Amino acid sequence: MASPIEQFNIKTLIPLDFAGIDASFTNASAFMVSAVVLASGFMVFAMRERALVPGRMQSMAEMAYEFVASTVRDNVGEEGMKFFPLVFSLFMFVLLCNLLGMVPGSFTVTSQLVVTAALALLVIGIVIIYGLWQHGLGFLKLFVPDVPPVLLPLMIPIEVVSFLARPLTLSVRLFANMLAGHIALKIFAGFVASLLAAGAWGIIAPLPLLLTTALTALEVLVAVLQAYVFAVLTSVYLSDAVHGGHH
Amino acid sequence: MASSTTTYTTAGGHVPTATSTAVAADGHQGQTKFPPFDSSTFAPQLVWLALTFGFLYIVMSRIALPRVGSVLSERRERIQRDLVEAERLKAETDAALKSYEKSLADARNKAQTMAKSMRDTADAELDREKRRVDDANAVKLAETEARIAATKSQAMASVDQIASETAAAIVERLIGSSTGGASVRSAPTSENAI
Repeated sequence: MASPIEQFNIKTLIPLDFAGIDASFTNASAFMVSAVVLASGFMVFAMRERALVPGRMQSMAEMAYEFVASTVRDNVGEEGMKFFPLVFSLFMFVLLCNLLGMVPGSFTVTSQLVVTAALALLVIGIVIIYGLWQHGLGFLKLFVPDVPPVLLPLMIPIEVVSFLARPLTLSVRLFANMLAGHIALKIFAGFVASLLAAGAWGIIAPLPLLLTTALTALEVLVAVLQAYVFAVLTSVYLSDAVHGGHH
Repeated sequence: MASSTTTYTTAGGHVPTATSTAVAADGHQGQTKFPPFDSSTFAPQLVWLALTFGFLYIVMSRIALPRVGSVLSERRERIQRDLVEAERLKAETDAALKSYEKSLADARNKAQTMAKSMRDTADAELDREKRRVDDANAVKLAETEARIAATKSQAMASVDQIASETAAAIVERLIGSSTGGASVRSAPTSENAI
C-alpha cells in the first residue's frame, strides 16, 4: 500500500529554469492553473449575459460575490471594499484548490505549507504596508491596547507576539487542516484495501469504507469552511490596517 | 509515520544549481523527507503561485468582479427606480381617488340642492294652483249664490202676484164676478213662470 504521505509529493512535469530560478511546471502548478482557470472561467462565463434576472450560473456567481462582499463589509466596513478583489481572489483560490484536492487521485495545492505561508505573508504584508501608509507610525498604536498604563509593559509584548503569530496561524491552520484531512482519508481508505487483502478480515472492510465516506463529506465541509475562514481572517486583519488601532 | 518505501525525488533534480541558489533556506536536502517541508520544491511552487494567483487577481479585479458589481448595482437601481415609480403612481391614484370622492360629494350636494329647489318650486306651483282653483271656486260660489239669491228674490216677488191672483180667484168664486179679470188671466202664466 502506498504511503499516506505520497499524495503530497511534488512531481516535476516540465522542468523549467527561469533566470536561475527553478520554475518547473509541477503537479502543484498544474492544479494551481486548474483552480485559477476554473475560478476565472466560472466567474466570466456565468456573467456573460449580465442578465437583470439571473439564471442559475449567474446566481451562483452573484452569491459568491455577495457572500465575500458582505464578509468584507461586515469586518472592514465600506472603506475596506478596495481590498474586496484581493479577498475574493484569495477565497476563490483557496476554495478551488481545496475542492480540487477532494477529487480522488488529485493533488491538494493548499496542503503545501509554502503555498499557504506565501498567501498568509501576502495578506500580512499588505496589512503592514497599507497600515503604515495610511496611519504612519500611528499604526503602531495597534500594539497598545486600551488598558490601565500599569499593564502596558505586559500587554504590549503580548500584542506584538499575537500580531507576529498571525501569519503563522493563518498559514498553518489551512495547511494542517488540508494535510491532516487527506492523510486521514488515505489511511482509512487504505484500511479497506488492507482488510480486503487479509482474507476473512475482509468481512469488516465496509466499516472503514463507511468511515471514509463520512470523512469525505467532512473534508468537503472543511474545504469550504477553511476557504471562508481564510477570507474572514484576511478581512479582520485588513480591518486593523484600515482603521489603525481604533476599533 | 512518514517512513515509507517511497523515495522522494527532488523536483529541482534537473537543475540542481538553480535550486540550491533559489532555496537557501535550510540545508536538509537529498534524503527522503516530508514533502511539504522539502525546501527544494518551494521555488517552483512560489513561482507558479505568483503567476496563477496574479492572473486570478487581475481577472477578478479587472473583468469578473466589476461585471458582477455593475449587474448588481444596475439591478439595485432598477428596483429603486421601480419603487419610486410605484410610489409616484400610488400618490397619483390617491389623488385621483380623493378628487373622485370630492366630486362625488359635490355631486351629491348638488343633487340634494337641486332636489330641494325642485321640491320648493313644485310646492310653490302647487300652492299657486291651489289658490287659483280656490279663487275660481270662490268666484263660482259667489256667482251661484248671487243667482240663487236673485232667483229667490224673483220667486219671492212672484209669491206676491200669486197671492194676489189667488186672492182674486177666491174672491171671484165667492162673489161670482170677474172684477179682477186681468189678474185671473195672468194667474196661470204666473204659475208657469215659477
